[in-house]
Amino acid sequence: MADSGSSANLAAASADKGGAAAASDDKDTRRTFNYPLVKFCDMQDELKTEVVDMVVTAVEKHFANFETASKVIKELMDKRCGSSWHVVVGEGFGFDITHEMRNLMFMYFGGTVGILIWKQS
Amino acid sequence: MKSQRKVAVAPAANLGAKNTSTQSLASNAGNDPNMAGNEDWLPPKVLLKPPGQLQLTEPELEEELTRILNANNPHAPQNIARYNNKERVFKASPNVDHFVVHFEFDGYWIYKEKEEEAPEAPPAAETTTESTGTETEGGEGAPPASAAPPAEEEKKQKGPLRNQFNFSERAAQTINNPYRERSTNTEPPPARVFSDTVNQWSIYDAYMEDLQAKEKSDDDKQNILPTENNHNEDAYYKNPELKKAMIIIERMANQNTFDDVAQDYKYWEDASDELGDRKSGSLLPLWKFVCEKEKRKQVTAVCWNPKNTDLFAVGYGSYDFSKQGPGMIACFTLKNPSYPEYLYLTESGVMSLDYHPQHPSFLAVGLYDGSVLVYNMQKKVDGPLFKCNAKNGKHTDPVWQVCWQKDDLDDNMNFFSVSSDGRVAQWTLLQNELIYTDVIRLKFNESGTELVGEDEPLFSLAGGCCFDFHKTIDHLFVVGTEEGRIHKCSKTYNSQYLLSFDAHQMSVYTVRYNPFHGNVFLSASADWTVKLWDHCKDKPLVSFDLNSSVGDVAWAPYSSTVFAAVTAEGKAFVFDLNENKYEPICEQQIVRKAKLTHCAFNPFEPILLVGDDKGTVVSLKLSPNLRKVNNIDCAMIYQQS
Repeated sequence: MADSGSSANLAAASADKGGAAAASDDKDTRRTFNYPLVKFCDMQDELKTEVVDMVVTAVEKHFANFETASKVIKELMDKRCGSSWHVVVGEGFGFDITHEMRNLMFMYFGGTVGILIWKQS
Repeated sequence: MKSQRKVAVAPAANLGAKNTSTQSLASNAGNDPNMAGNEDWLPPKVLLKPPGQLQLTEPELEEELTRILNANNPHAPQNIARYNNKERVFKASPNVDHFVVHFEFDGYWIYKEKEEEAPEAPPAAETTTESTGTETEGGEGAPPASAAPPAEEEKKQKGPLRNQFNFSERAAQTINNPYRERSTNTEPPPARVFSDTVNQWSIYDAYMEDLQAKEKSDDDKQNILPTENNHNEDAYYKNPELKKAMIIIERMANQNTFDDVAQDYKYWEDASDELGDRKSGSLLPLWKFVCEKEKRKQVTAVCWNPKNTDLFAVGYGSYDFSKQGPGMIACFTLKNPSYPEYLYLTESGVMSLDYHPQHPSFLAVGLYDGSVLVYNMQKKVDGPLFKCNAKNGKHTDPVWQVCWQKDDLDDNMNFFSVSSDGRVAQWTLLQNELIYTDVIRLKFNESGTELVGEDEPLFSLAGGCCFDFHKTIDHLFVVGTEEGRIHKCSKTYNSQYLLSFDAHQMSVYTVRYNPFHGNVFLSASADWTVKLWDHCKDKPLVSFDLNSSVGDVAWAPYSSTVFAAVTAEGKAFVFDLNENKYEPICEQQIVRKAKLTHCAFNPFEPILLVGDDKGTVVSLKLSPNLRKVNNIDCAMIYQQS
């Protein structure tokens, strides 16, 4: 599992590497990508929409600091559905986790951020 | 006794006195030598008198005083009053304490096995032996023995002191169950392994994929939308092919629902008709036709279509002057008893109907407001083809009957109508208008003798109720009127009657020419009678009393001697004059609590339609006896009668 803070730096570095023309192109597309995209989710529909909304507000609020964003999401999730939630927010990370079934959410937001939320005690 | 009394000094001590008296007696008498001898050595008794003893006289001594001894304390107070807190008053207590202690003494003996001497937690057996041992040691010396025991014995006796009187029986003691350990473990919540990698290009790819998917679904929606517009319900109903299919399905459903009725319609024959030489027959009710839309309307006209054997039109309106409203024409088919094939609404109640005999799609209609309409059923429109209005000769009273006639010389269709305003009008259908001509005005009284002066114009016309045309002589027709007369008229003379019949006491509801024997007609009236006439004679040939107002009468299309009549009692009558000239061969209650208003024979099938004032039309199958066809000359019968 990657640490959310460090991956942010990585992503920032990679973005710098791209050419100026490519960056402007990227910006156009990223503007259009300004919506949450759920990659994988096995939660119940009701909970799913709620969690997506929660993640969107948290990440938008703390866009510069993924650590606080993840902390906020984790605390909200713990409050909403009981303890032992884990949250990863970052621009680049790899993971291999064991999670309790029907308690996993893997989504992208804003075209650059990946968010992984799962429960495992 | 006297002496004895004297000797007895103490009056209080009776017993003592007696004793002394016996002793003195013995000494005095000396009859027992032993006794005397025994007491001789005793010093003589000297009776001492206490000083200050009362000196009593003889009678006083004689007096007997009785004393009752009881346990009451004479010193106890009798009038103790105590405050009663409950009732908040002082109350005299009735129970006085009479207990008095005169002497009290506490003993110094104590029980041997008192707590101080009990041994200190020794086994039970030992204590018992010990206690027995102390017992044997000696009774009188017990207190000193226990007071000075040896030192070791004292040691034994110390410890928890036993209470002799505080113990529980073994039988009352319950077992304390032993404890045991038990444990269980739940299944952990199901878990799954999930792995992926997040980086910028994978995020970008995911979003692009999503965009493409969205574009695709948008395209699909655009393709779907226009087709959705086509799929509303109107499209189904307007599609002529589908409509046809739906009609077929509806008929199939009805055929399944009323399968037994359809079987009866086709095959049922009343077996009892064949038995013996029974002349009577019966009517079997088949389908019931009710127009759901107008249940409160009365059936005012029933007319079979002359070409389609299963189609008939029913007119709905009201005979009640105060309950008029819009009317309705429903065309039912026997193939679909649940819903009419055609349905037309009219502004006023329908009073009469007639199908054109040659053009079966043309339907003439007379309304309560006096107008006449012509519908063409082939046109898929809701309104009438022709309609008369106030300008072009509308009647001023209900049109009681309409009847198509042969096309005129210019091949224009024309029909007649009769109304209670006293006019019989002929209506000719031209290209786009309806032309009327008054055929006759029914004068109330030809001679006019009953009317005087100014009243004459008011009552100059008689209200026509019904008419019928001669089947072979075109210009001849008879008109029944409200006041009960029947007039034979001709289209060619519009001023006078050929003949007048004083037929009925009340209004004539129906007149019908016999379809086979041209000169004979029937009339039905509210005065409970049906009369048979020869139109050349002014007296009826036969009169039938049906015990109720006769709503309608109809000749059978298959026999010259069979006709049916319906009455307000709800009964249908079928007469066969060939079989019985006086009695109906069938009299049957068709409906209860409703008046039958109209009847009509199917021109091809042995089916009779009967309509009532509850808006129901019942189809009846005639049993074999009712549809006999005879080959005899019917003229003979009518001449006989």
